[in-house]
Amino acid sequence: MIPARAARPYANPYYAGIALGLVLLASFVLTGRGLGASGAFASTASGVVHAVSPSTAAANFYFSRYLADGARPWRDWLVFELAGVMVGAWLSARLAGRLRATVERGPRVTSLVRLVLATAGGGAMGLGAVFARGCTSGQALTGGALLSVGSWLFVLGAFAAGYTAAPFLRRAWQ
Amino acid sequence: MSGLVLATMIGVAFGWTLERAGLGSARKLVGQFYLRDLTVFKVMFSAIVTAMLGAFWLSRLGIIDLGQIYLPETFIGPQLAGGLVFGIGFVVAGLCPGTSCVAAATGRVDGVATVFGMFMGVLATGLFLPRFAAFYASTPRGAFTLPEAFHLPYGTVVLLIALVALGGFTLAERIEGRR
Repeated sequence: MIPARAARPYANPYYAGIALGLVLLASFVLTGRGLGASGAFASTASGVVHAVSPSTAAANFYFSRYLADGARPWRDWLVFELAGVMVGAWLSARLAGRLRATVERGPRVTSLVRLVLATAGGGAMGLGAVFARGCTSGQALTGGALLSVGSWLFVLGAFAAGYTAAPFLRRAWQ
Repeated sequence: MSGLVLATMIGVAFGWTLERAGLGSARKLVGQFYLRDLTVFKVMFSAIVTAMLGAFWLSRLGIIDLGQIYLPETFIGPQLAGGLVFGIGFVVAGLCPGTSCVAAATGRVDGVATVFGMFMGVLATGLFLPRFAAFYASTPRGAFTLPEAFHLPYGTVVLLIALVALGGFTLAERIEGRR
């Protein structure tokens, strides 16, 4: 058996942030739009609803928007971008020796509790992202860099709620 | 080059930088909310400032037209409320939508669970959204920027945000150094 290579430490956060900013800038210049994540979820959800019940999807103003382009939400820009995110993340972790099948959790919770919390937290973010029209990628990073008022309100709201909720979740993480 | 090929390449670079920064790790991300590890703040704000300065100067030099870049529209009430709910979900899950994909792709099962929850959340909210259509569409301001809101020149706001970020970085280093 080959001994596992030690994982390399993470990059300096400022250098990583500048690199991320340049990726965002490249996206602005080359494609005229920024980065996103939750939009890909919305597009995929629209495709699922359309596949199960085309009439439900067509009657729903939220989903039908994503289906306007000939009902091919799988061909959406953000779906390809987010697939790329997964490839890029895998490649980076692979080369740094950081790929590991694990459940990352606080020391005081079981894996099951952690997975339930992760699912619930994901659900809440889904709800929030629909009303906010985006998430940390599409609003905070993209809209933030373009000085959008709504994006900065989203960032302030998300951090304020995060810091308010954190003490109640201490058990889950510390 | 096809737009979708470009989208995939930009995504690869996006995922690569998030993973390099350590943002696929939920425990590292929540460190932000317990003032243990301020990586989220540092990465996010250096990225925002870099892209903001880049876009500002490229437009000032006439290389790009800022008006041609898609600007998310502002809806004050829903975006503030959405941000609040999102922030709670962020601390509960320990990951955000983009970073949950990074976590999932690097072997973390909690990342897969967050991706699944996020998908179900968007699906369920979408299905029930027609009932909340009035709130969803409320307080629209269209494409609305901070310079317009504060009646300041664009460059002044860019400079102010860059200065606030530098101050924030100094503070972040001090907070981390204390522990």
